[in-house]
Amino acid sequence: MTDPDLPTFTEAFSNTRDGAGTGLVLAQIDAWLGADGARDGPILWVQDRTAAREGGLPCLRGIAGTGLQMPILRVGARNAADALWAMEEGLECAALSAVVGEVWGNPRSLDFTATKRLALRSRRSGVPVWLLRPDGVADLSVAPDRWRVDPAPSADNPWDARAPGQARWWADLFRTRRGAPTRWVAGHDRAAHRVDLAAALSDGTLGTGGGDDAATGPRAVG
Amino acid sequence: MARWERAEATTPRPDPAPWDDPAPGPDADAPLVLAAEGPHGPVIHAANVAAMQAGAVRGGRVTDARALCPDLQVIPADLAGDAAALERLVLWARRWCPWSAVDGADGMVLDTTGSDHLWGGEAAMLADMETRLEALGQSVRIALAPTHGAAWALARYGDAREICGGPALKARVAMLPVAALRLDGTTLLTLRRLGLKRAGDLMAIPRATLERRFGRDGKALATPLRRLDQMTGALPEPVVSAAPPRRFRVVRRLPEPVMDPQSLLEEPMTDLCADLAQAGCGLRGLRLELYRTDGTATRLESGCARANRDAAHLIRLLSRHFESLDAGFGFDTLSLEALRVEDMAAAQVRLDGGIDSELAVATLIDRLSARLGGQAVQMPDPRASHLPERAEGWAPALRGGRADLLAPGGLGGGGMVAPARDRPVRLLQVPERIEVLYAVPEGPPVRFKWRRKPYLIRRHQGPERIAPEWWRARPGTRLRDYYKVEVAEGARYWLFREGMAGDGRGDEPDWFLHGMFA
Repeated sequence: MTDPDLPTFTEAFSNTRDGAGTGLVLAQIDAWLGADGARDGPILWVQDRTAAREGGLPCLRGIAGTGLQMPILRVGARNAADALWAMEEGLECAALSAVVGEVWGNPRSLDFTATKRLALRSRRSGVPVWLLRPDGVADLSVAPDRWRVDPAPSADNPWDARAPGQARWWADLFRTRRGAPTRWVAGHDRAAHRVDLAAALSDGTLGTGGGDDAATGPRAVG
Repeated sequence: MARWERAEATTPRPDPAPWDDPAPGPDADAPLVLAAEGPHGPVIHAANVAAMQAGAVRGGRVTDARALCPDLQVIPADLAGDAAALERLVLWARRWCPWSAVDGADGMVLDTTGSDHLWGGEAAMLADMETRLEALGQSVRIALAPTHGAAWALARYGDAREICGGPALKARVAMLPVAALRLDGTTLLTLRRLGLKRAGDLMAIPRATLERRFGRDGKALATPLRRLDQMTGALPEPVVSAAPPRRFRVVRRLPEPVMDPQSLLEEPMTDLCADLAQAGCGLRGLRLELYRTDGTATRLESGCARANRDAAHLIRLLSRHFESLDAGFGFDTLSLEALRVEDMAAAQVRLDGGIDSELAVATLIDRLSARLGGQAVQMPDPRASHLPERAEGWAPALRGGRADLLAPGGLGGGGMVAPARDRPVRLLQVPERIEVLYAVPEGPPVRFKWRRKPYLIRRHQGPERIAPEWWRARPGTRLRDYYKVEVAEGARYWLFREGMAGDGRGDEPDWFLHGMFA
């Protein structure tokens, strides 16, 4: 990690029916690791069987389209316990640039202790880890940043008014240690390697102690 | 007296290693040829009996043979595989005598001097060879003669299982055609034009004349005179027998049976790795054999993504197997063997204390594969194809070989070009059929149902037409029109319609969902 303020462990809850969670995770990896090209090792992408069956596999050409240059090493684990073991094993290897794990739902093996183990290993080796929780419900976890991601209508396409434009997501940072939980509309700025966070104006809870920087105008992380 | 035995393993063998795979290949009675690439198209490399009878000749064109025999089966010849199989066969043939070598592309030579009495005489030994080689699926011609050259000639031009003794040698080879002298094509042509048909005709000519006619054009090693001398034994022709590949194996016999051999592994593993280091090798596969006191043995195997000789790492790879090990009354012998040994140079560790990232990733692949199975850990195996599921290949990372795929500098390294098209970030393993609720004549449906949930399409982009790969696909495969759509909630999907209405390849086209965009 280049910035010591950024957490090494991020959890993102999403729906298997869309690619919003994957999109936000890829955007964060690009924003935090891709900017200076400091890391060029592979990304370990661990999926348990249900996540791979319901949500499909990461598509290399699509991921290359988001600007990530790192190769991907995929692990198809049988169950959540194996997936968590593979993630821990990957976090021992400092040559990886990141570890992404997908664990479907709320399996018994993914409890507070499991997240604690991931966080400790990640802090020790310095390899950032993203835990994607497709169809998961937020339970106990030590992750400093916890997001809930849903797809939002995309930006206007400058070339074709009827076509979808750049992807945007409803990104709800419902737990963080870096400020108050806030809901944003997130987008990925590929050229600048950053995640754009704009205040979600349609959200009625806006301004309830979100702090100045979160409420006014776009904010960038990365 | 040197006794040379010469066996010729004749093709065709569609399978380069028939003893690995006992499953029969094509029908033995159907005409079959193996084709090799020639300068003007495929040439027949070998043919079976049925094809020979139908008119196929070695060295002829495949198209000519096909014209003579329309139901001729043609399989590409695997020359490198044949050569490798022959090398293994040569090592296997050392069951009869210790000195054996490959001879040409389709033969081997064994120096059986002093070995025949172990098999009950020369005739019995040849019969045993023929039986055992035929049991391996090889059709062979064998001959036994005092010299290498005579054995070569008799195996090809003599009788079946011919044995030629020393005194009769000269008279016997004199009857053979000149082609039995292992000469090149131009020399054979010259001899034929001179009217010299048999080896005896050459023997009748004065040596000085032969030397003057054939000895000057730079082919001193294979002139008719030299070949004649080698065949009759006047010139020595030693056989160079290749040394067998070294086996790296460490066996420990324990003074008393142990229930848990894990603690005893370190010392033999260190020995094995020291042996490997001395030979400049590393192992890609490791086998631990544990022999129980009651006579049964347990074999445990592990693989490595790249050559390795790090004892601690290898012990760690094996440790997974000990969780479910049945020790019975204990183990009294253990052996460690290196499988798939590869060259591995000693590497300098980095002076700054940093890690070798390539090695670190390789050992991670080993550890993951050892526990989760070799198929579970995959790396990209992209192929140049427009079909998304074919372009997005995954191969077991343990197989290695494509180091460029894990090299920094891009997904797939040099194997993949930059994406020219918008592709989803997730691709379903199998495209899922969607139910069209409200279709319009052009473009994607307005309403559709996927996984029992209805969606309303707000925006769409496309189509991107991907035609089937006609060189691979079955006839009747339909084209695909891909659309990137955005539904009312905002999710973006990759839909395609398989086929077109009225393309004559089936009913109304179906719609499928293939991937999710970010």
